[in-house]
Amino acid sequence: MVSVAEKTLVQPTGGLRRRFMTLLYRSEGVRGYALLLPTLLVMIAMLVVPLGTLALQSFWTQIYFKLDHSFTLNNYLQIFDFKQNPIYLVLLFRSIIMSLMVTFFVVITAYPMAYFLAFKVQRHKLVWLILITVPFWTSYLLRVFAWKIILGFQGVINSGLISLGLIDQPLEFLLYNQTSVVITLTHAWAAFAILPIYVSLEKIDRSLLEAATDLGDTPRERFWRVTFPLSMPGVVAAGLLVFIPTVGDYVTPNVVGGTSGIMIGNIIQSLFGKANNAPLGSAVSIVMMAAITLLVCAFLMLIGRRRWKHAET
Amino acid sequence: MAADESFIAIRNLSKHFGSVKAVDDISFNIRRGEFFSLLGPSGCGKTTLLRILAGFEIPTKGDVLIDGQDMTTVPPHLRPTNMVFQSYAIFPHLDVKQNIAYGLRKTGISKEETERTVNEALEMIKLPGYGNRRADQLSGGQRQRIALARALVCKPKVLLLDEPLGALDKKLREEMQLELRQLQRSVGITFVFVTHDQEEALTMSDRIAVMSRGKVLQIETSSRLYEAPNCREVADFIGTMNFIDGSVAGSENGYAVIDAGPLGSLRAPNAERPFERNRRVTLAVRPEKLRIETAPPGDGTNSVAGKLGAQSYLGDRSHFYVEVPGMTKRIAVASQNATRNLDITDSGDRPVWVSWPVESGVLLPGE
Ligand SMILES: Nc1ncnc2c1ncn2[C@@H]1O[C@H](COP(=O)(O)OP(=O)(O)OP(=O)(O)O)[C@@H](O)[C@H]1O
Ligand SMILES: [Mg+2]
Repeated sequence: MVSVAEKTLVQPTGGLRRRFMTLLYRSEGVRGYALLLPTLLVMIAMLVVPLGTLALQSFWTQIYFKLDHSFTLNNYLQIFDFKQNPIYLVLLFRSIIMSLMVTFFVVITAYPMAYFLAFKVQRHKLVWLILITVPFWTSYLLRVFAWKIILGFQGVINSGLISLGLIDQPLEFLLYNQTSVVITLTHAWAAFAILPIYVSLEKIDRSLLEAATDLGDTPRERFWRVTFPLSMPGVVAAGLLVFIPTVGDYVTPNVVGGTSGIMIGNIIQSLFGKANNAPLGSAVSIVMMAAITLLVCAFLMLIGRRRWKHAET
Repeated sequence: MAADESFIAIRNLSKHFGSVKAVDDISFNIRRGEFFSLLGPSGCGKTTLLRILAGFEIPTKGDVLIDGQDMTTVPPHLRPTNMVFQSYAIFPHLDVKQNIAYGLRKTGISKEETERTVNEALEMIKLPGYGNRRADQLSGGQRQRIALARALVCKPKVLLLDEPLGALDKKLREEMQLELRQLQRSVGITFVFVTHDQEEALTMSDRIAVMSRGKVLQIETSSRLYEAPNCREVADFIGTMNFIDGSVAGSENGYAVIDAGPLGSLRAPNAERPFERNRRVTLAVRPEKLRIETAPPGDGTNSVAGKLGAQSYLGDRSHFYVEVPGMTKRIAVASQNATRNLDITDSGDRPVWVSWPVESGVLLPGE
């Protein structure tokens, strides 16, 4: 910053530039915005503009191959008209429930791994971390297809069980339903949940755990009274990280979901594609985003309230 | 119930970490109701010994008995001990009340009684009304008291404290030393207190164990430890000490005559652990027992001649460092300015004499 100041001193001309430099030098805020500028531009170009277009489009109407640009709420009315078109709300509801299940399973599978990594691994933690993420170096699509092979009618599980003589007929409940979607999504997102949970566990001061033991806690009591509450920030972060993107996922239900496993994302995809009704697709997208936002906010407020209450009483 | 003398009995205790002998074949007893300190330089095994008492480390060899019961295989949550951690380990997700009540759940007392106990504890640590604060709203001294209260409400037989005052500033530390000592007297619980601050150990303890490299060198009361250390290491660690090497040449009027080479012959008491003739010994004298003069002293005292090397003025007292031919280290003399002979200060290159009464010397095994 000193060099900037010197420059402004030896440059008596160029009033505007000088004024700007002085401002930059003086004001913390201006410096902050200057730093933020590139990101801000990218965000505006890639996020705000498309979102705005999407929102705008959701108030238009598609008439065969033409777009009617007059403002209408018809798309939204159609979505919320449960008697006529239950499909949108049903799918939205189902997607949220499935995502909640995925989130739950992801957290309970990732937690032990993160716990192991944080407390049991003494050396080479980095190696373990890399090992855990190795399966995720292959493409998402490949992993989803791999599950199709595992769960399929003549897949690994079925043919295995048949050759062992445990069953005569392949189990049909494995593939093309909600279960297979939840299993596949859980596997796909587990690695992303491990990291935040691991970080929050790693941060816990070990003397707190010893203090709990010293004050009479068995290892199990200690976990529920100290370790788990202190790892909550990581669990919440992991949960949000998984929940938000899985609600709108359409690849996994498309590949392993069959007809009973489709989610809201599949409807959006087909509205933009085959059904050729982008305005309605936009409206469904907006409704989905609003639903997720509401849920997440409600959840965060609930946690915040509990903390706040805790601090007060 | 064990005898009060051996309330905590440590028997041939060792703890090895790989090739490091953190605790090396230690045996001693701690009395019931005693304020007992473990004192020693960094890395001498104090924390390890304390953690063995708490049950966090399993000894490689040896046993620990508390109140007559073998504790060696008892897990930490079942031991009648509680610990005050150096970092205090206040639970950040709980408020002060919940922190103090943490260990009470186990005792199965009612909600009202828990509430009352916690409030009493808050009174005791002089923090009433702080019950609803969270850990991050507390100062270091307050956390320290809460950690203390949290451990004490569990009514342990032994309270273990690992440098609990180490993180406090000097003034607060001195205040807490007094408070802690008073508290210990009033609750009557046996305290085992780890510190590397010798002044702290001397002011607070009933008895002190001086440790070094996994061994216990001496266990004594504060004054005995200061006045009669049993080896050079203890003497060196506690306070400042001047050492003069020599060998026992004979005895005279019940005192040993020491042949101190270039320093001539000196006398020292030799009753406590008598050294035979010709043994290599070290004569140790505290700086404050020495007198410094510009003229040779009379008979009946030990004296050595030298040259004033350096001095420092500390207000109430002054420190002089006298260079004595034949000694590698300068002799340190501390004298009260109220009684001091003031012309020493500008003695220039003139010789000075350092003298001390024969009884002030301590004979230690030589090296
Ligand atoms: N878990 C451990 N693994 C390996 N070595 C250890 C372990 N704990 C302690 N040590 C070693 O044992 C020795 C004694 O350690 P300890 O912590 O008991 O020292 P201390 O007297 O408490 O020192 P300080 O005053 O610095 O706290 C040290 O050399 C230390 O490196
Ligand atoms: Mg220590």
